[in-house]
Amino acid sequence: MNKYFLIFIFSFCICACLNAQEWEKSDLTLYKSFDDFEAVLHQNNDTTYVINFWATWCGPCVKELPYLEALNETYKNEKLKVVLVSLDFEKLIDKSLIPFLNKKQIVSDVVLLLDGKASKWIDRVDPNWSGAIPFTIVYNKEERLFYERQFHSTEELTEIINPLLKN
Amino acid sequence: MKFYTFLSIALCALTMSAFTVISDGYGVGDTATDFKLKNVDGKFVSLSDYKDAKGYIVTFTCNHCPYAVMYEDRLIALHNEFAPKGYPVVAINPNDPAVQPADSEAEMKVRAEEKKFPFAYLFDEGQKVYPQFGAKKTPHVYLLDADMKVRYIGAIDDSPKDEAEVEEKYLANAIMALEKGKDPSPAFTKAIGCSIKSKS
Repeated sequence: MNKYFLIFIFSFCICACLNAQEWEKSDLTLYKSFDDFEAVLHQNNDTTYVINFWATWCGPCVKELPYLEALNETYKNEKLKVVLVSLDFEKLIDKSLIPFLNKKQIVSDVVLLLDGKASKWIDRVDPNWSGAIPFTIVYNKEERLFYERQFHSTEELTEIINPLLKN
Repeated sequence: MKFYTFLSIALCALTMSAFTVISDGYGVGDTATDFKLKNVDGKFVSLSDYKDAKGYIVTFTCNHCPYAVMYEDRLIALHNEFAPKGYPVVAINPNDPAVQPADSEAEMKVRAEEKKFPFAYLFDEGQKVYPQFGAKKTPHVYLLDADMKVRYIGAIDDSPKDEAEVEEKYLANAIMALEKGKDPSPAFTKAIGCSIKSKS
C-alpha cells in the first residue's frame, strides 16, 4: 500500500468531516419549560427575527422550510435571524429530528420547545394563535407580526421582512 | 338620503358580521347547526340521531396527526365513560384526503377498525362542517349541551404528550360541570395541533 495514498485518504476524510456540518444533539437548544424559552420571542436588539413553530411530522411545515431556509442566504448581509422552533418529541430527537436536519441540510438555528403544557403557553406566544402549526412570528424592536398559515414561496416572506429591515 | 346612509351602514355591518361568523365559527354560548355526515360504517349520522343525548363531544380529529393519535385512547375512554351518561363522542375528520391521503375514507375505516372506535368517526366530505364550527386543527373539541349550545371549546386535557402528566382534565371537568347545571370553567382552552388540511 502506497503511503501517499493513505495520506490522501486520511486528508480526504478530514475534509469531508469539516465540510459536512453534521447536526448533533449538542447543536440543539432544548427548552423544557416555556419560561426559559420566552426570551427567544422578545430579543430587544437591532436584529429582525423570524421565529417558525414546526415539527418534522407536520407536512405543511416541512413544505415551507426551504423558503425559510432561503432567507439565510437572501439576508446574509442584513441583521436577520431565522429560528426554527421544533415541537418534535424528545424521544424522537435522535431517530427523527437529527436525521431530518442533516438530510435537509438545515442552516437556521434550531431549538426544541419541549414544554408539554401547551394550553398554558400558547397565549403567551400570541393570543391570536389557535395552536395549529405551522405558525410564524416576524419581529424586531419596533414591530411584531404573526402568521398562522403555510408560506408557499420565499417572496411571500421577503415581502413581509423587507419593510421591517428599512425601519 | 339619511335613510340610504343608514341602510348602507346596516348592510355593511350585516355583511361583516356574516363574514365574522364564517371565519371564526362558534364561540362558547353559540348554538351549533346540526349536520349529516357519513360514518365509517357507511351510514349517515346527525346529532339529532342521538336520542336522549344530554350533550355531544364533537371532536375534530384525524388519522395522520401525531397529536390526534396521542388522544385516540383517551377519546375511547371518554366515550366509554360518558356515552352511557348521555354524552357521546362524535369524531369528525375535517381533512381533504387530496391534500393528506392518510385521512381518506378508506384509511379512516382501517384506523377505526384497528382501534375499535366505539364512537362514530365521520368524514367532513366537501369540508362544509369544520368551517361552521371554526375548527382550526386536530384535535379540536366542541362540547355541546342537549340544546346543541356550545359550552366548551378546546383541548381534551393539559398534557397531550404524556397522559401521566395530566393535571387538568378540561373536557371531563366541563362535562361534570354541565351535569351539575353549571358553566364549565375554563370554557375555552388551546392546544397544539395539526392545521386542518384543505386545498385553498
